[in-house]
Amino acid sequence: MIYTIPQKELINPGHLACQGCGGALALRIVLKTLGENTILTFPACCWSVIDGPFPYSAVMVPLFHTAFETAAVTASGIKAGVKKAQDPNTNAVAWAGDGGTFDIGIQALSGAAERNDDMFYFVYDNEAYMNTGVQRSSATPKGAWTTTTPTQFPKKERKKDLVSIIAAHGVPYIATACVAYPEDFTKKLEKAKQIKGFKFFHIFAPCPPGWKTNPQETIKLGKMAVENKMFPLFEIENGENYTINMPNPKKEKNVPVTEYITKQGRFRHLKEEDLKDIQEFVDKRWEKLKRLAEV
Amino acid sequence: MSDQKVLMGNHALSWGAVTSRVQVISAYPITPQTQVVELLSEMCSDGTLDAEFIKVESEHSAMAACIGASAAGARTFTATSAQGLALMHEMLHWAVGGRLPVVMGNINRSMAPPWTIWTEQTDSLAQRDTGWLQIYVSSNQEVYDSTLIAYKIAENQKVSLPVMIILDAFFLSHTSENVTMIEQSKADAYLPKYNPKYKLDPKEPHTFGGLTTPDWYYELRYNIQRGMDESYQVIKDAHAEFKSMFGREYGMVEEYKCEDADVILVGMATAASTGKESIDVLRSKGVKAGLLRIRFFRPFPFEDVRRVLKNAKQVLVLDRNLCPGMGGIVYQEVKSAMYNEKNKAPMYGFIMGLGGRDITVESIVNLFDYAKKNDPQDIIWMEVKK
Repeated sequence: MIYTIPQKELINPGHLACQGCGGALALRIVLKTLGENTILTFPACCWSVIDGPFPYSAVMVPLFHTAFETAAVTASGIKAGVKKAQDPNTNAVAWAGDGGTFDIGIQALSGAAERNDDMFYFVYDNEAYMNTGVQRSSATPKGAWTTTTPTQFPKKERKKDLVSIIAAHGVPYIATACVAYPEDFTKKLEKAKQIKGFKFFHIFAPCPPGWKTNPQETIKLGKMAVENKMFPLFEIENGENYTINMPNPKKEKNVPVTEYITKQGRFRHLKEEDLKDIQEFVDKRWEKLKRLAEV
Repeated sequence: MSDQKVLMGNHALSWGAVTSRVQVISAYPITPQTQVVELLSEMCSDGTLDAEFIKVESEHSAMAACIGASAAGARTFTATSAQGLALMHEMLHWAVGGRLPVVMGNINRSMAPPWTIWTEQTDSLAQRDTGWLQIYVSSNQEVYDSTLIAYKIAENQKVSLPVMIILDAFFLSHTSENVTMIEQSKADAYLPKYNPKYKLDPKEPHTFGGLTTPDWYYELRYNIQRGMDESYQVIKDAHAEFKSMFGREYGMVEEYKCEDADVILVGMATAASTGKESIDVLRSKGVKAGLLRIRFFRPFPFEDVRRVLKNAKQVLVLDRNLCPGMGGIVYQEVKSAMYNEKNKAPMYGFIMGLGGRDITVESIVNLFDYAKKNDPQDIIWMEVKK
């Protein structure tokens, strides 16, 4: 089935994103489907800058900038506010980076998820604190260089499995999405729009300056990360029903992580055995996901 | 006929929120605030109050939820105490910068460590620089009335700033008093529906709080001070209208036997109401004593303080709080308010009652004796065990 992506743009051109920004593209896709009856809140993240300095603003829906650790609960407040004072059907949307989600914002996020507040939470994951100049977050993958994990001492710890943490809250809908697959992303947004309660999206958003990649390769990297299962696409309903939705199952068979890793400057220092280690981790996680999805 | 209820201070605050028809409440429990939100959650459940109650996982989130709801155009309320207020600190600035008329009750409790739950004003005074208006109250009637007055002031577009209503732990929060309730229709006439000029409205989209360069940040801060400046008249009008509708009179300060007083004691909250009895004792002994209770600490009541203290021969300030390395906070502010005045009396800074230790009629009388026998000093510790 072919899904049509809505034509109407709700982000103006002239915003301040870097070339090839996955995060900018991600919000463009999201707003097209959520539409005008939407209120956004951003904690500190790249989009705090991308939207433009006062008095400019790129987004064409209301936007409330909030403190770093409060994206989820600010959206909870906005939803309660519109319920009482405006249109109860307005979408309340928290839009945060990985730092504001995996790290400093996880407490408020867990609170909103546990209460099953009727809202959307999107994390556009570029795998480090990019707005402050590429510092490691708990979403940074093992082995990656950042300014706080220099090449002599790259990140030792694996990426936090946030989706499983959110799933443990039993929320009605969780999806992973990638800017390289706007149809899959849009289809999931359409589905989520019909669901009352807490909707969580983990979006893979390549970052050329932070990953040391070419801006024109953002989509290519997104596709590679999905195909090699570094970032598989799936949904979780009610915290337990897993559905894998890989766009090209035949093509995606046994794609190694090597090319994806070697394309990125942040992994340049890695050795053969490190790549093997990453491959083993990705394979193990993929098998686990297949078990959960009963494939 | 007005309805009478016997209410503890905490429930007077809950009822104040009910009579103010708050639309969104978000809170996190902390002793001694808990009854405020327990009663409100009951009322939200049984339909007495038509409000959304967001039961958050921290005070920081409670304030963030109020901020989000207020930005969406709803009248919002929360309450906290001590550690909870300290945790909110970042968001207290956010409510001010966002010009959001959130109203919050803070039950004064001493800061840990060591763990303690009894009253002291250091928790709220440590938030004085955030830009919240602060009302220190001394009776449960005043708690209830001040809630309506607080929304009236906060939501006035000339002010557009949040307001904190501050009451002493236990001495007010858990003490029951008779409270005259306000009829809902009259309350609605006094405090109409909140209708902000700007809100998060998909029909008229705006962005709030985006990155602002030095070209404009300075002016936005200027506007906050302007809101404070404007608030003096707004407070006066809100009090006048309250008096004409409900008969009870409030000011930025409360004066007790100050007209002819030689020695004036300045204080806040319940210690100041105890002080009235001390003044009577002193007057019966022939001492021309008076009492000035500061009700609004922010904005600071410069005019009233200067007017009342103008003819005093001695000024005694009683602080149930401490700024280590500086002394009593109220003392510092009263002293600085008098600095440019022609007639300024010698001033004594007394620290008393920290951690909720009783401040008795007798201990306040002793302050006057001390001042009679000693030169003025900035930090005077009374009743400290050495």
